[in-house]
Amino acid sequence: MKLLEIKNLKTYFAISKGNLKAVDGVSFDLDYGEALGIVGESGCGKTTAALSIARLLPKEGKIKGGEILLEGRDLTGMSETELCRIRWNDVAIIFQGAMNSLNPVMCIGDQIAEAIVLHKGCRRKEALEKAERMLELVEIPGERSRNYPHEFSGGMKQRVMIAMALACSPKIIIGDEPTTALDVMVQAQILNLLAKLRREFNMGLILITHDLSILGESCDRIAVMYAGKIVETGTVKDIFERTAHPYTERLIGCFPNIHKDKRIPEGIPGVPPNLLDTKEGCRFAPRCTKKKALCESREPKTEQIGENHFVACHFALGDHGAYSSVTGGEHEQ
Amino acid sequence: MNSSGNIPEEKNSGNNLLEVRNLKVYFDLKAKLTDNLLGKEKEQVKAVDGISLSIEKGEILSLVGESGSGKTTTGKAILQLVHSTEGEIFFEGKRVNRSDKNGMKQFRQKAQMIFQDPYQALNPREIILDIIAEPLDVNHLVQSGKERETRVVEALEQAGLTPGSDFLYRYPYELSGGQRQRVVIAGAMVMNPDFVVADEPVSMLDASIRTGILKLMMKIREERQLSYLFITHDLSLAWLISNRIAIMYLGSILELGDAEDIIKKGLHPYTKALTRIMPTPGVTGVGEKVTLPGETPSPVETIAGCKFRMRCAQAMELCSRRRPELAEISPGHFVACHLCNKIEEECCNAE
Repeated sequence: MKLLEIKNLKTYFAISKGNLKAVDGVSFDLDYGEALGIVGESGCGKTTAALSIARLLPKEGKIKGGEILLEGRDLTGMSETELCRIRWNDVAIIFQGAMNSLNPVMCIGDQIAEAIVLHKGCRRKEALEKAERMLELVEIPGERSRNYPHEFSGGMKQRVMIAMALACSPKIIIGDEPTTALDVMVQAQILNLLAKLRREFNMGLILITHDLSILGESCDRIAVMYAGKIVETGTVKDIFERTAHPYTERLIGCFPNIHKDKRIPEGIPGVPPNLLDTKEGCRFAPRCTKKKALCESREPKTEQIGENHFVACHFALGDHGAYSSVTGGEHEQ
Repeated sequence: MNSSGNIPEEKNSGNNLLEVRNLKVYFDLKAKLTDNLLGKEKEQVKAVDGISLSIEKGEILSLVGESGSGKTTTGKAILQLVHSTEGEIFFEGKRVNRSDKNGMKQFRQKAQMIFQDPYQALNPREIILDIIAEPLDVNHLVQSGKERETRVVEALEQAGLTPGSDFLYRYPYELSGGQRQRVVIAGAMVMNPDFVVADEPVSMLDASIRTGILKLMMKIREERQLSYLFITHDLSLAWLISNRIAIMYLGSILELGDAEDIIKKGLHPYTKALTRIMPTPGVTGVGEKVTLPGETPSPVETIAGCKFRMRCAQAMELCSRRRPELAEISPGHFVACHLCNKIEEECCNAE
C-alpha cells in the first residue's frame, strides 16, 4: 500500500463568476521516504492540491470529486474531528512565508508545544521539552525556545516551521514553496535539512515550487502541473532527460543552465487559460508550438510511457519524437 | 581617499560611463536613551562599506549577493536615492554626488531605476499614462498633451506592450504581473536614459514570463547602448545576461570579474560556495550540497579582518588581523582574499 494516493482529485472554487477549476482531475501517489516535487507556474493549482490533501481549503474551495487515500483511508469524506486527528499527526504542512506563519507575540517554544499538546494530548511540560528537542533537530540551540520570532532570521524561522511540522512525527510533510522567500545559501541549507530528516524518519515529502531548478537535487520524482492538471510525472531523470511534454520542455528551457549555451531562453509566450471557462482540447494547446488540429479538439489522456513516466500529450510518443531523443531540450528548432 | 576638501570635480573617465570610488553608506541606528545620556557613540549599519566599481558604455554589471549584502543600497546610492556617507560617484566624467541642483537634475534624467516589485512600484490610483508621463511632467519635457501621449505610447511599445494606446487609460490592477513589470520598464525608458539600475527586475515573476522581460531589457540595450547595473541574488541569471559580475558580502565586493570567470573559475571561497549551491535544472542526484555554516553576521557588528572569515573553511590567522584588499589577480579579475594573493605570490616565487 502506498503512503498517499490521489485519484482524479477535483477541487473547485465557487466564486461569483462560476466554478473555478483550480485542480481538475489530478492523480499522483507518494511512497514512504519518497520526495515528490510538484512544479508549475503560479495559478496552476499546485497549492490548492496541497491544501486539498490536508483539507485546509478556504471556504469557497470544495473537493468535487476524486479520492485522497492516506494509507488506504479516504480523507475526502472525513469529518472535521477525524481530520483534526490526521492533521499534524499524519500530514504536516510548511507554508510559504515562514515570517507570516509564526505568532509574533508568543515565544517559539510555546508555539511548537501548542501543536504537540493539541495533537498528542500530552502535558505542557513534556511538550516544551519535546519542542526543544525538535529545535535541536533543525540545528537551532534548544535554549532559544524562549525567544520570540523577531529574534530569528528568515532562515531560522523557516527551520522553526520545519521543527513544528516534525513535532508530531508525521508521515507526510508538504512544503509549499518552503524556500521561496529565502536566500540561496539558506535555501540550500533548508533543502539539505529536509532531505536528511526525510531519510531519517522515512517520511514522504511533497515539495511544491515554481522553481524547477531546485527539484533536480531534492526530489525523486517530479509532477509538472499546468492549468489544474498534471501534464507529466516521472523520475527526475525522466523529466529532465527524457522530457515528453512540450510544456515541461519549455519550462525547463526557462531556467538558465550554466552548463549550456549562454543565451536567454525562449520563455513561454502567452498566458495560462482561464480556469473558469475551460475549453475542449489540451489546455496547453494555445501556447504550444507543436500543436496540431487534434490538440484543440480532444483532451489528451494520461498515458504511461516509462516505468514511472506518465504524460498527457497526444504526440508525446509520436510526431514530436520527444521521448525517443535522449536529451530533452535540444530538438527545439 | 580624498577625505580632505580636495575633491576633483571632473576626471578623465576613458570608456567608463559610471565610476564609483570607495562608496560608503552608513545608516545610524536609533540609539537607546541611556546610551545617549552616557554619550556612547551611535551604532551604525554599514550597508555599503567601501565599494569601487566602474561600468562602461553598453555594459551590464551584475551585483550578486544575499539579502542584506548591500546590493540594493549600492544601486540606490549611485542614483542618489540614499545619501552616501563617503566616496565619489562620477557619471560621464562628472562628479554626481554633492553636485549642484542643476547637475543632479541632468544626472537624474540620464539614470533611471527599475524596481523589484511591480505590484508596489505602480501607484494603484493612477492610470498608466500618468504614471509613465510623470518624469516628463516634472522635467517639463513635453509641451502638449498630444506629445505627452505620443512619448508614453512609444515607451509602452518599446517595452513590448502593443498597441501602446490600449494601455494608456488602464489602472495597474487591470494588468498581469508581467505587464506591470513592462510598465515599470516603460517608466524608466521614457526618459531615454543612458544608465539603468535594475533591482531584481524579474525575481517576482514566473519563470515563463521572466525571459520575456530579460529579452526586452537586452533589446533596449542593443538599440540604445544602454548600461545596466543589474542587482540580483540569482547567480545563474547574472551569468546569463551580464558582461561582468561583482560578488557582494556584507557591504563589500569580494570578487569582481568577467561573468564566465566568476562562475567557472571563481577564486574567493564565498564565490565558490555560491557556485557550488547554485541550483541548475537537470539531474544532479539527491545529495547533500556543501553549504556554508551559520548565517551572515549582522552588518552592525564591526568585524576585524576579513568579513567572511567566520564562515570560511580556509580562514587563516592573517584573515582575522588584516582585511584583504580587492586585488587584481589576473587582468580584469579582482579578488579580496589573502588566500588568493598568497597563492599568487607562491606561483610567482615558483616561477
